[in-house]
Amino acid sequence: MPRPWELTARETAERVKSGKATAEECVLSVLERMREVEDRVHAFVTPLEEEALETARNIDRRASRGESLGRLAGVAVAVKDNICTRGVRTTCSSRMLEDFIPPYDATVVERLRAEDAVVVGKTNMDEFAMGSSTETSHFGPTRNPWDSSAVPGGSSGGSGAAVAAGEAVLALGSDTGGSVRCPASYCSAVGLKPTYGVVSRYGLIAYANSLEQISPLARDVYDCALLLGVIAAHDPRDTTSLKAPSKDYTGSLSEGVEGLRVGVPREFFGEGTDEEVGKCVWEAVHRLEGLGASHGEVSLPSLEYALPAYYLIAMSEASSNLARYDGLRYGCRVGRDGGDWSAVYSRDRRVGFGDEVRRRIILGTYALSAGYYNRYYLKALRVRTLIRRDFERAFKDFDVLVGPTMPTPPFKTGEKIQDPLALYMCDVLTVPANLTGGPAISVPGGFTEGGLPIGVQIMAPPLREDLTLRVGHFLELNAPCRDRRPPLR
Amino acid sequence: MEGSAMRKRFISVEEVEHVAWLARIELSEREKSVFTRQLNEILAYFEKIDEAKTEDVPPTYHILDLENVYRGDEVQPSLPPEEALRNAPRSERRFFRAPRIV
Repeated sequence: MPRPWELTARETAERVKSGKATAEECVLSVLERMREVEDRVHAFVTPLEEEALETARNIDRRASRGESLGRLAGVAVAVKDNICTRGVRTTCSSRMLEDFIPPYDATVVERLRAEDAVVVGKTNMDEFAMGSSTETSHFGPTRNPWDSSAVPGGSSGGSGAAVAAGEAVLALGSDTGGSVRCPASYCSAVGLKPTYGVVSRYGLIAYANSLEQISPLARDVYDCALLLGVIAAHDPRDTTSLKAPSKDYTGSLSEGVEGLRVGVPREFFGEGTDEEVGKCVWEAVHRLEGLGASHGEVSLPSLEYALPAYYLIAMSEASSNLARYDGLRYGCRVGRDGGDWSAVYSRDRRVGFGDEVRRRIILGTYALSAGYYNRYYLKALRVRTLIRRDFERAFKDFDVLVGPTMPTPPFKTGEKIQDPLALYMCDVLTVPANLTGGPAISVPGGFTEGGLPIGVQIMAPPLREDLTLRVGHFLELNAPCRDRRPPLR
Repeated sequence: MEGSAMRKRFISVEEVEHVAWLARIELSEREKSVFTRQLNEILAYFEKIDEAKTEDVPPTYHILDLENVYRGDEVQPSLPPEEALRNAPRSERRFFRAPRIV
């Protein structure tokens, strides 16, 4: 008999709704698990034990009055700490927002609450979502549940690790250049970046607006589809939110992959891609073939420009977005107010922002400045068009594209943190989906000989989340070692 | 050192200082030199996009074909002043307290 924290979201909600379990016992089980393993993982910036139990008891009271419960009744959800939660501090893992208490909920959090989900904590992340390892957090790094000396990926590393370690059943992250798919890959979880505009960004603290989406993380594909169905909806408070109606993403999971055309982009298996990773992903492609899909190789020639184009765009948008942190309405204000006001702001922003955030603001400011705008920013936007065209061409011949999520297995904590460029290189296979805007999922593909997770990435044309989920679901059902659990050592 | 002397320089310490000032970010002397080295490495890598042939290729500002969204000019509920001031590091009566500007 599995303990409640081991159940999927689907199982939990079914039990709570049918009266076989209470929301309180389900949430309590997750909180006990959190107490047991959190000092080895450090997935949370702010755990919310009491609030979570209170919410769960309220759900049970409503159930006992005969009220019908929502789709996520009693399901413990962890929320990345760049997503605003009313009355609960939301830090972006930055000293700048260490004491920031939002006066409102993000739309996605409202939608979670409306379905009777229970928020169990705010998760650790790279500061302002700028990183791929959760090492740049002001509150210290998160550990990988599969190997505590390795990074969990980032920037949503706390959300990925929490789900993998059983400290939450579901989690929300945000994906600007792979920030949900990377921790999914490194922690052997499922993470899906939806098509840009499918999920409201209202209440997501902005880093690079034209690239980022709030994204679901789960332990299996069904749960990921379930969570996406809850958070995906048009929102008049986000002007980039699509007018498409909400839908259920779980319905088409079992449709199978027969007849599906799977494209394998040659560039995803270049010299930077680890041999074990490449082999594991090819095995996944062959499993799909065994289930009736066909495959062919495809080339995306502009992909070699994706990483610099992505970073130039992201940094430019970041430099503009983060200009708002002036320590007046919120944020960090140290020392006295005397002297030149620009000097006062500069000092506060130095104290409030860590190294990587400052590096990106400075580079973004440089790329947007007179004389460099055409060379860097505008050039990157033109390259973005080339990459879109490459993908559009590939999707004429193939329904989905399959490749590794990350070029290598999780690396050691501290291994790359002194070398910003080496860390940027980790994102080379995830940034294309943010540049094109299309959906991309990472599902567990297997493990290295050393026992580290390997993720398989599935990309589809815009608004075809259903295809990524379907293929992911079949890979998961047929994956080797799918019952393996993280050792937490 | 010879290797780094041969490497192309994209941005000088003075430029880093200037851009950091434009972005209102203070840097220590040590940070100025470390950042300059790192930014040069990153910009050297970014130079890669110069190879991309983009004549006649329009920029993609946004992946959606967005139209401007207008809403009615109607009064909506807003935050009461004490809520709005709650996160302000310094406030006075019903105002945010800013450093002296003039």
